[in-house]
Amino acid sequence: MADRPVPVVEKRLMDVKLGELGTWMGGRDFTPNGLLSSVRRGYERYYNKYINVKKGGIGGLAMLLAGYITLSYVWEYNHIKHDRWRKYH
Amino acid sequence: MTMNLFNQFLSPTFLGLPLIAIALMAPCLLYPSPAPGWQSNRWTTLQNWFIGSFIKQTLSPINTKGHSWALLLATLMVFLITLNTLGLLPYTFTPTTQLSLNMAFAVPLWLATVIMGFRNSPTHALGHLLPEGTPTPLVPILIIIESISLLIRPLALGVRLTANLTAGHLLIQLVSSAAFSLLLSQTTAASLAVGLLLLLTILEVAVAMIQAYVFVLLLSLYLQENV
Repeated sequence: MADRPVPVVEKRLMDVKLGELGTWMGGRDFTPNGLLSSVRRGYERYYNKYINVKKGGIGGLAMLLAGYITLSYVWEYNHIKHDRWRKYH
Repeated sequence: MTMNLFNQFLSPTFLGLPLIAIALMAPCLLYPSPAPGWQSNRWTTLQNWFIGSFIKQTLSPINTKGHSWALLLATLMVFLITLNTLGLLPYTFTPTTQLSLNMAFAVPLWLATVIMGFRNSPTHALGHLLPEGTPTPLVPILIIIESISLLIRPLALGVRLTANLTAGHLLIQLVSSAAFSLLLSQTTAASLAVGLLLLLTILEVAVAMIQAYVFVLLLSLYLQENV
């Protein structure tokens, strides 16, 4: 199927070919406003897919909490690594 | 092993950034704002129901002038409950175990109720310092005692929250490390410890919610006296 030619910068990340990645990154908006708007877009995508639905379940919240737990683990790793029982495993 | 017990309460930093700021922002992400449509999703409905019933119950003994505190009390309650319960997840950091944070909540809010009381009706506010029907010789001592109890309220509010949460987290860590180390050698003792751990976790979930509630309840009480 022949797609309409779209400029590289406007493609979604999953559609960008590996070779075009540099061009794509160079063309994105990295100003503070741009970063904030991308965060907001990501949040609304997640919200509208998992939480703002008619019969939302625990999955939407559970994924958020699981992400929070892994993030906390990554942050606390430097503290926690001293709690090992053996120094060399 | 004993030295490490309080390590969980150290304010975490990552590449020099204080993570307590991010831990404090976590509750904001979990509560969606209502959509403009006439029917909201399940989470928003649940949230609305909870806040509505809580505010109705908390503000019913307070007269109409004090109802301007509704937003503040609701926010405080939701924030504290979320911080406390999120802290029960593994590896997370509970900002409410830091005394500085709890005092930062308690002192300004308590002081606001006292100042409001003294500005609006100073005689009435001063009258709270002497309970009705005290015999005359006891009056000076009782006024001193009541003033001390008034001044100790912010301290009590802050320290109560800190101490309850810190003690709970410490107990969980102690019992779980005991259960883990006993697991291979004395399995029965370890299973008892695991049972204790289960009960403790249930208690901690309850305490997390109750402590937030108590904080806001007492604050509303102080408001009721002074508004």
